Amino acid sequence: MVRIVPEIIKESVTNLVKNGERTDGRAFDEYREISLEPGVIEKAEGSARVKIGNTQIIIGAKPQIGAPFGDTPNVGVLMTNTELLPMAAPNFESGPPDENSVELSRVTDRCIREGEVVDLEKLCIVEGEKVWMIFLDLHVVDYDGNLMDAAVLGSVAALMNTKLPTTKIVDDEVVLDYDNMVPLPINDTALMSTFAKIGDEILIDPSLEEEDVMGARLSVGITQEGNICAMQKGGAKTFNKEEILKAVSIAKIKTAELRTLLP
Amino acid sequence: MIIIITNTNLGTGTETSGRADNRAFDELRKMKIEAGVLERADGSAYLEIGGNKVLAAVYGPRELFVRRLMQPNRAVLRCKYNMAPFSVDDRKRPGPDRRSVEISKIASEALTPAVFLEKFPRSTIDVFIEVIEAEGGTRCAGITAASVALADAGIPMRDMVVACAAGKSDDKVILDLSEVEDKEGQADVPIAIMPRTGEITLLQMDGNLTEEEFGQALDLAINGCKIISEKQKAAIKNRYGDE
Repeated sequence: MVRIVPEIIKESVTNLVKNGERTDGRAFDEYREISLEPGVIEKAEGSARVKIGNTQIIIGAKPQIGAPFGDTPNVGVLMTNTELLPMAAPNFESGPPDENSVELSRVTDRCIREGEVVDLEKLCIVEGEKVWMIFLDLHVVDYDGNLMDAAVLGSVAALMNTKLPTTKIVDDEVVLDYDNMVPLPINDTALMSTFAKIGDEILIDPSLEEEDVMGARLSVGITQEGNICAMQKGGAKTFNKEEILKAVSIAKIKTAELRTLLP
Repeated sequence: MIIIITNTNLGTGTETSGRADNRAFDELRKMKIEAGVLERADGSAYLEIGGNKVLAAVYGPRELFVRRLMQPNRAVLRCKYNMAPFSVDDRKRPGPDRRSVEISKIASEALTPAVFLEKFPRSTIDVFIEVIEAEGGTRCAGITAASVALADAGIPMRDMVVACAAGKSDDKVILDLSEVEDKEGQADVPIAIMPRTGEITLLQMDGNLTEEEFGQALDLAINGCKIISEKQKAAIKNRYGDE
C-alpha cells in the first residue's frame, strides 16, 4: 500500500526546515526522547525495548547451537531478522519480509558485525562442528520514523544483556550448564545515527513526517573509538561531499551521547 | 503513551495449595491491562497475565482491498495472531504456522459476535495480536487484549469479549492454567464470553474430562472471565476517565 503525503504537509515541513525549524520544535541535531529498557523478556536470553519518540521496537536475542559456515570454522554466527509488524503502521502488511524490512535487518547486522560488537570467535565450541548461533529478532511494534537508530541501539542493548549457558565437552557431546550463565562476549558498542536531507538541510533522527518529505537519508555507524563501521544511503535524491562529512562528524558526537544510555 | 513491561518473576510456590505457583484452584495469575499503548494504531492494548505479555492493535474500519472477502452489507473482522521468535524457550521461526492460523481464525470468530459489523459495509476491521512472551494461555490473553483494543479504537460493540481458560491438572479442576499446568495437565478448556449476557463466543477443549468435571471447569472459566472483564473496563476508564 502506498502512503500518500498531502502537498500541504510537504510544503509546511519543507518551509519550516528552510527557516531552521522542525515540526516538533527540535534542533537539527537533536534526538527525540529515547528510552531503553534491557531484559524485558524473561524467556529470551537477551532482550531490550527501545523507544525513540513514538517509534518502538522490542528486540530478543536467542542462542542456538549450530554448525559454523565452512569458510569460518571457528567463528560463531549472528543472524538478524526484522519483522515490520502490521500493527506498527497502517501500510505494513504481514507476510514475507519486504525490501524495507530486509534493508533494516542488513544495515543493523552490518553495524553490529563490522563494529565487532560481539566477539564471534569466542562463540566457537568445537572448531568446524559446533558454534553458538545468536538469533537477533527485531519486532517493530510502533513505527514513527527512524527505525535504524532504534534498531541498532536496542540490538546492542539486547546483546549486552544476553547470557549464555557455559559449555563443556563430555564424551564428544556438548553439555550445557544452565546454572552457570556467562554474558555474551562484547567487544564494542557501535551505534548508528541517521540523517534526513530536506531541502538543503541535514537533520538527525527524522520523525515519520520528516521521513515522508525527505529527499534522501544517510545512516552512519560509529564505534566506541569514533571510527566509522557502517553506512547506508537511502532515498531518491543526492548528498554532496560536504554534507556527508558534516553528517559523519555529527554522528560521532551523537552516537557518543546515545552510548551513555547503554547499561 | 507508555507501556511498562514488568518483570514478573513467578515464584516456585509451596506444597500447600497444590499448584506450582501457590495459587488457589480458582485464582487467576497476576495480571494487568493497559489501553492505548501504541501511537500509530487506531486502537491498542497491552496485557500481562502471569508470564504472558501480549500486545493487540486494531486498524479500521478501513477499505478492504481483497475483493473476494468483501461483504456488501457488513464489515469483515480479520484477526492475525503471531508469536515473537523470542517469546518461547526454543526460538520460534517467524511467520505463520498451523497453530497460529487456527488461533487467528477462532480469535476473529470469538470477537465477531460483539461487533456491530453491519455499520461498516464493504470494509474491514483488522485486529493484530502479538505475543511478546508466552507462558500458557496466550489465545485467551490475546482475545481479551484485542477487545480492549477494539474499544480503544472506538468501534461500536455490544459487549467487550473476554476470554479465560480452566482445566485439569494433578486431578484437580483449576482456573487459568500456567505453562507447566498446561503441558503436564490433563485438560484445557479455553472459553470467551460476552459478560453482559453470558453468551459463549469461543469454546475449545483438549484433554480428558468427565461430564461433571467439564461443568466445573466451565463454571470456573466463566467466573474467571467476569473478574478479567472488570479489569478490561478499568483499563478503558483509566485511559479515558470515568465519564
